[in-house]
Amino acid sequence: MSTFIDGLSLGSIYALIALGYTMVYGIAKMLNFAHGDIIMVGSYAILTTLLMNGHPVLAIIAAVVICTALGVLIEKLAYKPLRGASPLAVLITAIGVSYFLQSVAQLIFGAQTHPISLVHFPPVVIGGVTISVSAIISLVVGALIMTLLTLFIKFTKLGRAMIAVSEDRAAAKLMGINVNMIIMVTFAIGSALAAFASTFYVMQIPNTSPTLGSMPGIKAFTAAVIGGIGSIPGAMLGGVLMGVVEKISLSIPVLAPYTTALEFSLLIIILLVKPTGLLGKKRREKV
Amino acid sequence: MALLEVRDLEVYYGVIQALKGISFDVNEGEIVTLIGANGAGKTTTMHSIMGLIPVKHGSVTYEGQLINKVPSHKIVKLGMTQVPEGRHIFQELTVYDNLLLGGYIENDMKKIKADIEDVYSRFPRLKERHSQIAGTLSGGEQQMLAMGRAMMSHPKLLMLDEPSMGLAPILVDQIFEIIKEFNKSGTTILLVEQNAGKALEIADHAYVLENGKIVLSGTGAELAASDEVKKAYLGG
Repeated sequence: MSTFIDGLSLGSIYALIALGYTMVYGIAKMLNFAHGDIIMVGSYAILTTLLMNGHPVLAIIAAVVICTALGVLIEKLAYKPLRGASPLAVLITAIGVSYFLQSVAQLIFGAQTHPISLVHFPPVVIGGVTISVSAIISLVVGALIMTLLTLFIKFTKLGRAMIAVSEDRAAAKLMGINVNMIIMVTFAIGSALAAFASTFYVMQIPNTSPTLGSMPGIKAFTAAVIGGIGSIPGAMLGGVLMGVVEKISLSIPVLAPYTTALEFSLLIIILLVKPTGLLGKKRREKV
Repeated sequence: MALLEVRDLEVYYGVIQALKGISFDVNEGEIVTLIGANGAGKTTTMHSIMGLIPVKHGSVTYEGQLINKVPSHKIVKLGMTQVPEGRHIFQELTVYDNLLLGGYIENDMKKIKADIEDVYSRFPRLKERHSQIAGTLSGGEQQMLAMGRAMMSHPKLLMLDEPSMGLAPILVDQIFEIIKEFNKSGTTILLVEQNAGKALEIADHAYVLENGKIVLSGTGAELAASDEVKKAYLGG
């Protein structure tokens, strides 16, 4: 039971990150491989605020503000000039941005691991089951954020414009939608979600290093592909699935050493059965 | 001064020149049509006017303002939009959401709702299909949705790219009736059609495009009577 809750909690972290990949892919039609490193930047924002004796809440706000601004800045400086360039050029640029962010973090903070003590809750025991409070918080707040995002996309004008751009960019322009602005907003939202993911991540694994974002980044990307890249509910489903599989596998001694291999095998198996991912759709053309 | 003035328009796809210096006018209140074979440059002309593809040489002037370099979404705000070839409705959204997006440049929700009612009264079929996913509509309904959606932004100049493509003859007649109605209610129309006969019937002015150049022009009736047009585009 507690393994399952831990799994859901880790899953909601992966889902938050996966949403950033999937939204950017759906709307800007690019894979932002620097997205994982936004999590790392978020963790250093938290670390720095705490080192300056900032309140943990302030640390979280700092992470959200800095990550959002950074996401928008990266889009403007690195990706926007490549609008209309070959997808390969954009992909390589994204990988470059990823290394750039890691190198800058290493330059400022060094390569070593820094401990972060954001908050510490003693675990609670409910009905004989030990449950981590930070896991519950990640799970509940993560679910709340994802619900708000879904409502935002479904029921606001901006959300509708985002769907329009992801479905048909040229037609969206003909509605008077400023596509560049929508792409910027998408990066802002994706990066803000990554900041929350970062917060929950350091609550559970209380340290950071310049390569912190790599593993959760690649796992969340896998989650996004499992769910069907471009699909928002798909990213949530894929993320939760990855988290639960990871925690359950880690709790079984025979499987534990092979956990990462198992997670990526999940991707291969799902793509063999359903190449578009669990909730991914094939584009239909109707004449 | 014409509402839209196109002068010496040249457009390239890579090294291939798609438009080789096109000039024409669209006067306020008119229906103007561009006819020509596949690949003659009709769609390219429309896309370059809308800013969807870059103009290499020449100028596009709308209400006296040079709009070559104006991004598409701002052109829509100036009062011009396009019903693209193949409709390009938002397949995964409902009919209603498609119309809401058509009214994107309007901020007053009351006005948007009134406009949607107006579209529904012109196209009762869309009202019946209000909450249906647009991708599941028939071809004719999709064309109506695309036209209704375009009207939501109250264009002064509406460009229609092959509105009759792939539709049954009875629907084609209906679509042309609607175009005439739009025009009567004050919308200037620039129409691209392969169905040259139909297009010339309703056009005040017509231009024949061939290989990226205008080779003939005149009133709709003049071109419909011309031997060259009859031979090449009207099947005899």
